[in-house]
Amino acid sequence: MSLMGLRRHADLWLLGSAMLLCCVSPLKAEVKNSEHESHSNSNITGIPIVTFKWEHVETPYLVALWVLVSFLCKLVIEANHHVTNIIPESALLICAGFILGGIIWGADLQQTFKLTPTVFFFYLLPPIILDSGYHMPNKLFFTNLGAILVYAVIGTCWNAASLGLSLWGCHKGGAMGELDIGLLQYLLFGSLIAAVDPVAVLAVFEQVHVNEVLFILVFGESLLNDGVTVVLFNVFDAFVTLGGAQIDAVEIIKGIISFFVVAFGGSLLGFVFGLLMCFLTRCTKNIQIIEPGFIFVVGYLSYLTAEMLSLSAILSCVFCGVCCQKYINANMNENSVKTVKYAMKVFANGSETMIFVFLGISAIDKTIWVWNTGFILLTLLFIFIYRFIGVFIQTWILNRFRLVPLEFIDQLIMGFGGLRGAVAYGLAVMMDENKIKEKNLMVSTTLIVVFFTVIVQGIIMKPLVKWLKVKKATESELTLIEKVQNRVFDHMLVAIEDISGQIGHNYMRDKWKNFEEKWMMWLLMKPSARKKQDHVFNVFHQLNLKDAVEYVSEGESRGSLEFIRNDSAIIDFKKKLGEDIFDTMPDVTADTSFDHGIVLPDRRDPVPSVSLEMHEQTMNGLREMEDLNSHHLLQEHLYKGRKQHRHKFSRNHLTINTDEDEVQEIFQRTMRRRLESFKSAKMGMGPPKIISKHTKKEQQKAPNGMKRNSGDEDFEFSEADSASGYDPSYSYRSGGGIENPAFMADLDPVVPVQIPPWLAEAELYSGAVSPSQRAQARPPLSAGDLRRLAPLRISTRSTDSFMMADIPAAEQRRDSFDLPPPPPPPPSKDGRHQ
Amino acid sequence: MGSLQSSPSHPDYVDLAEKTGFSLEQISILHKRFKQLSHNEDKLRREHLDQITDLQANPIREQIVEAFFDKRNFYQDIEEPVNEINFENFLEVMSNFRPPSDNLSEEQLVKVRKEKLRFLFNMHDTDKDGTITLEEYRHVVEELLSYYEALENETARGIADAAMLEVASITRGHMEPDEFYEGITFEHFLKLLEGFEIESRMSIRFMNMDTTTL
Repeated sequence: MSLMGLRRHADLWLLGSAMLLCCVSPLKAEVKNSEHESHSNSNITGIPIVTFKWEHVETPYLVALWVLVSFLCKLVIEANHHVTNIIPESALLICAGFILGGIIWGADLQQTFKLTPTVFFFYLLPPIILDSGYHMPNKLFFTNLGAILVYAVIGTCWNAASLGLSLWGCHKGGAMGELDIGLLQYLLFGSLIAAVDPVAVLAVFEQVHVNEVLFILVFGESLLNDGVTVVLFNVFDAFVTLGGAQIDAVEIIKGIISFFVVAFGGSLLGFVFGLLMCFLTRCTKNIQIIEPGFIFVVGYLSYLTAEMLSLSAILSCVFCGVCCQKYINANMNENSVKTVKYAMKVFANGSETMIFVFLGISAIDKTIWVWNTGFILLTLLFIFIYRFIGVFIQTWILNRFRLVPLEFIDQLIMGFGGLRGAVAYGLAVMMDENKIKEKNLMVSTTLIVVFFTVIVQGIIMKPLVKWLKVKKATESELTLIEKVQNRVFDHMLVAIEDISGQIGHNYMRDKWKNFEEKWMMWLLMKPSARKKQDHVFNVFHQLNLKDAVEYVSEGESRGSLEFIRNDSAIIDFKKKLGEDIFDTMPDVTADTSFDHGIVLPDRRDPVPSVSLEMHEQTMNGLREMEDLNSHHLLQEHLYKGRKQHRHKFSRNHLTINTDEDEVQEIFQRTMRRRLESFKSAKMGMGPPKIISKHTKKEQQKAPNGMKRNSGDEDFEFSEADSASGYDPSYSYRSGGGIENPAFMADLDPVVPVQIPPWLAEAELYSGAVSPSQRAQARPPLSAGDLRRLAPLRISTRSTDSFMMADIPAAEQRRDSFDLPPPPPPPPSKDGRHQ
Repeated sequence: MGSLQSSPSHPDYVDLAEKTGFSLEQISILHKRFKQLSHNEDKLRREHLDQITDLQANPIREQIVEAFFDKRNFYQDIEEPVNEINFENFLEVMSNFRPPSDNLSEEQLVKVRKEKLRFLFNMHDTDKDGTITLEEYRHVVEELLSYYEALENETARGIADAAMLEVASITRGHMEPDEFYEGITFEHFLKLLEGFEIESRMSIRFMNMDTTTL
């Protein structure tokens, strides 16, 4: 079934791409001819209205077209979940590449498009590397850095040496027939194919969700050993060029030294560029719109500079990303950070897709295929075996120093995760044919190794992980308490190390942290950004945002935001949110929050909310502070009008949020809501007390009692509401342990007076044009309302027009509520949970 | 007690090694450190710990120091208040940070885990009544955040409150409206940190090498 689906899609898509190609390739030839002609008789008789200039755009056009085609491949593949569940995406992309390559071969009878080392190393690889560095889980990475380095450096050298020597031995033993390959060339081959490939590994491991330590080990290793393998390759390449006779001890020592210089020099260079980047983002306050550009340009420059200095470009780029992430994320505007993150992913993912597709395409080329059964099979075998041996030996050594030893199963997965990829292929193609006679054999072997590891091992990986019951990554919810505990652990361990006089990891980390806080942050971070550095605080922030977004989207999924209508605290939130959302939310959350709500006008149930409003109104009436109240309401709701960029075109400004206070306020508010909603949902305690700076404002309009009615019914609760709001049984038990204001009932000084709901209602609507009506009398916005009103609002920015648009709805509602039934006794307070 | 010599072959060391699980070398190193801290006295007092310079910057210094003088962390009963501890008590506290040895059965692991969490719990539960109340938890968060002067106390309180609400929602799940959450009990604490790899998180590699002289 699944295969059928794939085939059907593939057919469709094949057809499409074939048509594309058919269009392009004959055109190419045709145009060439015609251009020749037009060049020959250049004396034109008149002005052509339209000319067809293929030559003119050929290169960029082809590039764009290929990007498009690769993306389409991915699109088609990802549309078939049941297939990608079994076969990893990377393998499928390669297969798509085979098909494409076949088409091209069929059309041109030669492979016109190939993955060239220049394209690969200069354009496709850097984004992936930068992305890996930038999104590296830093703490995990540095905690395991020792192990990663061991695997990356020693492991790679081991792989290279063992493979080269074994192949050479087999060659001498006569297992491969006549081949013109010397020991050095075997070592060269070994070094290029030694490295585990970050692209391939990530593509597979991302899908299997192994535990984080295992993941970081495999991933970190694959990333760093690419640097190592390139260095090794260059050293051996130099040796090959020198020729066996010229190599003496001095040259070998020089080779080893150059290995370290290249590797560490590259890392250092990356570090310097990372600092530069941080420093730049510290000063980009006035050009926030191109802020994200710096990251990409400087990152790319770090790669190119290292390449220029013949240092390890990959390592440079990785460390550039690793070093800068913390500071630039803190320095840049929140939107810029998001932009960088997404753009980075777009580039990296796009590059990855193209690499796999082109790997497939490059394979369909008769000219590179040289078959030597012995060489190829032995290579496959040795790679597989030596990888396991290497992992076991190194882990055995490492485990003696690790606090948490790596288990045997983890080692198995690590060994099995030794996927080779495009880097090896790129290096193989880079070899000089004049120096290495059997280059084509090596290239085709490399391709086979890549395909074997990516496709076969990739497919087996998932069942294997399941079968071995590898510890999976825990789906980490952002729970605040865990974060807090984490922090406690950090400090506690340091303290214990201090007391016991040990100089361990924690001690070093603490020292580094202090240093960082003292100097690096001062140097590289905006003063305003420094305070947001706390992790716990960040999680808190994230949670608040998440709550707010969930809140809204849940409201939408139910047709409107009134699902929480029974809870005045929340209702209140809703009303505000409804209005503020256009103003404020885009600044703090992804502004897509409204895009997935579908309008279901008939699901709107106006009554309950009206009753609520009325309830509130009761309060206000009692307080006789209407004016003041409304004033505050307005103040609260009317943020400064935000520049909607649709008004005018400006290259320099998007909607940029510069008012710190406002954001702060919005944040505070979200925070408060969070507490309130939690409390009302779980604690069943009285109405909110506010833990923010806006206590005063808030209290004046503080919603009273929690309504405890279940969401879906209708009339009764309205009465219940007003009753239960003042229900003495809601009183606050002060005896217990918590003395949290947030848990406390809002002990309202106002004497509660019961006002029948219909009276309150009348009151509500008689006070026709008090400004607070905007917030109070207005029926809750359903998603539909919001949608409807959005353009209006944008165009005028006037709240009045907003009001007007709403009035018909209010009117209707009133009709439906003309004769409310008399108040029944208050329902049980936990009605909400019914 | 308190008459320990610093020779590694001292019979008491064997005794201690059995009780706390440290190796003889580790004990001897820790003993040296103990002497160093206490200026060659047999008893360690709070001010001794306060003198450690590296500790000065630690935001939860107080709690840590207090944990060393908390009788709940010792094996035998000592009359309150504890103002000075001997080497054995010192080791007992330290042993909470020993990484679990390699071949433990599942049950033993659970036990180790529980002990470590108990230590942590006691540290937070400053009034020793068996629950971490909001006040106590707030105190923890405030101390943690005091590292960053920029964050106001209000934020710290907000965070503590939110965390507490989270706790309430995790441990109680459904709560009756007029129910009241009085604080985190140890059972809840266990439940909360279920997903935590406490065995490895709360462990320090105690060296077999003497670093005090370095």
